[in-house]
Amino acid sequence: MSAEHLHDLTLTVNGVPHPVSVPARRLLSDALRHDIGLTGTHVGCEHGVCGCCTVLLDGQPVRSCLMFAVSARGHEITTVEGLAGPGGELNAVQRAFQECHGLQCGFCTPGFLMTVTALLAENPSPTEDEVVEGISGNLCRCTGYQNIVASVHRAAALMTDGAGEPRP
Amino acid sequence: MKPPPFTYHAPATLAETLEVLAELGEDAKVLAGGQSLIPLLNMRLAAPAHLVDVNGVSELDVVDVGPDEVRVGAIARHARIERDDGAAAACPLLRQALRLVAHAVIRNRGTTCGSLAHADPAGEMTAVLAVLGGTVRLASAAAGRVTRRDLTAGKFFVAPLESSLRPGELLESAGFPRTPASTGTAFAEVARRHGDYALCGIAALVDLDAGGEIASARVGTISVTPTPLVVDLTDVLAGVPPARADLAAAREKVMAHVDPEADLHASAAYRRHLAGVLTERAVRQAAARSAHAPAERGAA
Amino acid sequence: MTTQLFGQPVERREDPRLLRGEGRYVDDLGRSAAAAAFVRSPHAHARVLDVDVTGALNVDGLLAVYTFEDLPERVAQPLPLLIPHPALTHPRTQYALARDEINHVGEAVVMVVATDRYRAEDAAERVAVTYEPLAPVVGLEQSEAARTLVHADVPGNRGAHMVQQVGDAPAAIAAAPHRLDFRLDIERSASTPLEGRGVYARWDAQDDSLRVYSSTQTPTGVRAAIAAILELADAKVEVIAPDVGGGFGVKIMHPWPEEILVPWAARTLGREVKWTEDRREHFVAANHERAQEQHVSVGFDDEGRILGLDVTFLHDHGAYTPYGIIVPIITSTQLPGPYRLPAYRVEFSSLYTNTVAVTPYRGAGRPQGVFAMERTVDRIAAHLGLDRTEVRARNFVLPDEMPYDLGLIFQDGRPAIYDSGDFPESLRMLKELIDWDGFTAVRAAAAAEGRRLGIGLGCYVEGTGVGPYEGGHVHVETNGRVMVSTGLSTQGQGHETVFAQIVATELGVPMADVHVTTGDTRRFGYAVGTFASRAAVMSGNAIALAARSVRAKAVKVAADALEANPDDMEIVDGVVRVKGSPADAIPLRQVAVLSNPLRYSFSEEAKAATQFAAPADPDEPPIPRGEAPGLESRDYYSPIRSTFANGMHAVIVEVDPDTAEVKVLRYAVVHDCGNLINPRIVEGQIHGGVAQGVAGALYERMAYDEHGQLLNASFMDFLMPYATEVPRIETAHLQTPSPLNPLGIKGAGEAGVIPGAAAIAAAIEDAEGYPIMRMPLSPDDLFRLRREHAEEAAS
Repeated sequence: MSAEHLHDLTLTVNGVPHPVSVPARRLLSDALRHDIGLTGTHVGCEHGVCGCCTVLLDGQPVRSCLMFAVSARGHEITTVEGLAGPGGELNAVQRAFQECHGLQCGFCTPGFLMTVTALLAENPSPTEDEVVEGISGNLCRCTGYQNIVASVHRAAALMTDGAGEPRP
Repeated sequence: MKPPPFTYHAPATLAETLEVLAELGEDAKVLAGGQSLIPLLNMRLAAPAHLVDVNGVSELDVVDVGPDEVRVGAIARHARIERDDGAAAACPLLRQALRLVAHAVIRNRGTTCGSLAHADPAGEMTAVLAVLGGTVRLASAAAGRVTRRDLTAGKFFVAPLESSLRPGELLESAGFPRTPASTGTAFAEVARRHGDYALCGIAALVDLDAGGEIASARVGTISVTPTPLVVDLTDVLAGVPPARADLAAAREKVMAHVDPEADLHASAAYRRHLAGVLTERAVRQAAARSAHAPAERGAA
Repeated sequence: MTTQLFGQPVERREDPRLLRGEGRYVDDLGRSAAAAAFVRSPHAHARVLDVDVTGALNVDGLLAVYTFEDLPERVAQPLPLLIPHPALTHPRTQYALARDEINHVGEAVVMVVATDRYRAEDAAERVAVTYEPLAPVVGLEQSEAARTLVHADVPGNRGAHMVQQVGDAPAAIAAAPHRLDFRLDIERSASTPLEGRGVYARWDAQDDSLRVYSSTQTPTGVRAAIAAILELADAKVEVIAPDVGGGFGVKIMHPWPEEILVPWAARTLGREVKWTEDRREHFVAANHERAQEQHVSVGFDDEGRILGLDVTFLHDHGAYTPYGIIVPIITSTQLPGPYRLPAYRVEFSSLYTNTVAVTPYRGAGRPQGVFAMERTVDRIAAHLGLDRTEVRARNFVLPDEMPYDLGLIFQDGRPAIYDSGDFPESLRMLKELIDWDGFTAVRAAAAAEGRRLGIGLGCYVEGTGVGPYEGGHVHVETNGRVMVSTGLSTQGQGHETVFAQIVATELGVPMADVHVTTGDTRRFGYAVGTFASRAAVMSGNAIALAARSVRAKAVKVAADALEANPDDMEIVDGVVRVKGSPADAIPLRQVAVLSNPLRYSFSEEAKAATQFAAPADPDEPPIPRGEAPGLESRDYYSPIRSTFANGMHAVIVEVDPDTAEVKVLRYAVVHDCGNLINPRIVEGQIHGGVAQGVAGALYERMAYDEHGQLLNASFMDFLMPYATEVPRIETAHLQTPSPLNPLGIKGAGEAGVIPGAAAIAAAIEDAEGYPIMRMPLSPDDLFRLRREHAEEAAS
């Protein structure tokens, strides 16, 4: 087997352009983690079920393990590293997760944060059912979800109070 | 779980796409949303030599609500169609079913046409196409000339994960006929977990006459037949208001027509039973949504 | 004390880092490391006839392909039997790479190393292994029948057989006014953390040393195993558990084949090697748990008091027994729960099957034991027409009977003696929380709407905090930082926070000054591991003891400096001071300076400790004999025996009369784990445990077919619940302190999962009106049961 053809492209992640040179089969999740070094996006199943690898593509949450890096050319990607402020201060969603003990081992957490960020951007004051439905594509093995649901409500309240805007 | 190598093509136009597909023939696989294809690649259950990524072909990114039908292009995402109020008004079953397709994040990337092309008998949209009497448009190019053929669900779906799509052909779009106001629709399913492939799903279409009596009714099935099956229930339901309809007969008829297989999640007997239960539920719900329904009119 | 943080629901220290995406899990490290992948057997039982690697050799980026033949002698030995036991007469462990026989689908046959994982998988795909398939043994019935053997030299497929008894149960049952006999079944499940296993090894050829990062619950165990098998000095091997994405028991198993092979390959190749387990591998190559078949005989009186209980069960331990028979021992000794059993006999056979090995998963044999006991109590209640809570109350061990000796030997080789607990009060609280007595009306109201509801409960006692020991080190640096370390590792339990709470409280320092490190052999080399709900009890107490020593030393040094009486001193906010005289004070950081007599000064503060700075007794050595420089201490906690937590769960379910779907409407928990260090974290542990309990009752099972193929080796088909499947959990705490340890605490990590299957089975039984004897239960199972009972009723 000879060396694979490499595609040179630029991935825009959290507003920063990253030139990478990857084979076509490079999953976006791997490109983010291993080519760019943004390891906050986690990989839990590589078949699109667990949601750990969720990132925002032009503001919409998608599974980065079910996308090739080459297909992300020309899109704005947001990862968990793009949520906190420039000084590292937690945004409303992140703060809510800490306040409500919405994470334990932390492995699924980035995927939840991205999903919830998009959810609240679209629906700033979701009902209980909307919250549960909104996070129902992400698996967590530690928390039993109860404190994650509480975190989403708390984040909504923090944002409504103007205490923090979801970034981006 | 990393995909095997392949040669990547990213055409910018439909013409280019069809050209590439014609040239590559059987060796190529079309990449649209990738939500079914990429898991198969990651598990190395598929290893196409070429992938033709159509995500950059903007002319395929359409949701067109026309006078007769809602036509969706090859890269129209489930989520976009689900959110399209025009599409939901013209064809309420689209939104009713799309809400049940996997999870929201998958729907952000996955496409309805891709789901049809995948021909999974558990895919909600296969039954939607079938029960609405919609068609898929298959396009191909030979010697610079584009050929198109429109196929009904009955002609398109051949077997589980097998369609009439030929090498070199692209599922360019799918058309879902408008639903008249007198017709109510519903999609009912049972899945092990929210968002999973359904153990059984029933899409129902019930048309009421001006007097509120059932004029016609039919259901489409998923997960209980090798390809989506449409069962016409007009003969057992027509001529009475929904409240007096013989739903038990409808249930029996559907149960007699389905041919479920057992898998690790459900026995054939249970799936057949669900087909009956869900037929009742979906028909009742659909009838209530007809503009001619006595109460709860038009709820979608 | 102003810094009473013990018992407070403080926010977690580890969160900001994890929330920013700055966690460091194994696969986040070693970007330039080579990647390993494995060729794994597609057969459950087979002989390996030939391995042909030639097809892989021309794969671009390939670095090495290893088969069993390539392994050096020590690495080519069977992996260790971690916990030998006299009853385990036929232990078998696997080879790091299969030698000649395969015993489960997923067993590693060939290791491939390439420049990245994509290429490693390309190469692995091109290795051709020729197998001679053998008849597989799948399931307990086949294994017990023993028409085919998993290991040719293990007769009857029986690895272990064990009997424990108190009194004469068969005689007591024979003489009892009532007797019931029945069979129960629990299927296979698994821990399934969202981060799989992972190993990253760096060999330093100049230093002849190895550093290994592993996603493990026991870095010290991994180090000992690697050092022994790779024939290295312990001191030349460092093992670090970085952030670990969940464990739930599966990562206490060690050494995995990969934990030996990856470091070995790193040394052999002279370059960094990393293996990140993918999800499919995790299903077929990381261990499972749970499956048992239980046969119960019980004798009882007219009031429902149990007179004798005789349980015989078969335990499916899979293809190998690396972790001994800990799981069935726990089942057999935790089965009695909160009940007084005048006569109890338990017998088990632990059997081989051609499936993945069975080692502890959260609960570790307890859910099975509790299922047997609680189903038994419910059967008694049904037989006598009594309220299920009443039968329980009549059989409870009472608070004034504590400590209560079960007369059994527990999993730590020591007597199982309940140290404390108030079961009647727990039950009272549970009935109040779920409104047990009001349920009849709730059920009737639902029935009027055509809905079918049921209620059930489950009680358990859980031995936690098993020995032999853990240690803690507390060091006050001259900058005021309090550095704390313990050897066991963390998988999300919030140890950084709770250990800091303990130290802040014991030492009288602000929590922000306390920095905790876990799971790093460079910092603390003696440890056992994180399992059996033991970390808080073991390391928490060890750290508390070390902090108390540091406090005593600080007070003594400060008293000397201030010429005060040590008994009059206190430490508040990091300052040692004379009570009632706050001006006579000295900050801990300064005490740290003074505790370390210096020759060289490196800061303004350090001057005070130099040889010419302070007057000292010229006839005494600067450091008195028996003392050590520095404000630090290392201490260990080694309990005489385990401490027993307990809890009770009640569940209300709704069963769909048409689709047979089961929905949990309410889930109430009363939990008693002694004193709470951090109630918020304990609640979180309970929530997560309950979710796994619900999962094990209604969703998750490892579905092997008759060929030994795991049919649902993906998250598509192994139904781990989403938020939509887990009910809201209502909790109440009773705090009965443990008399066994300085902090009065008991373990809390596993509790939530333990009675889930029992309580949910009881609730479904209550809704449906016929016995539920097997878990998990799918809608399809319930549909089938309904038909069977309808047919029975008709005939």
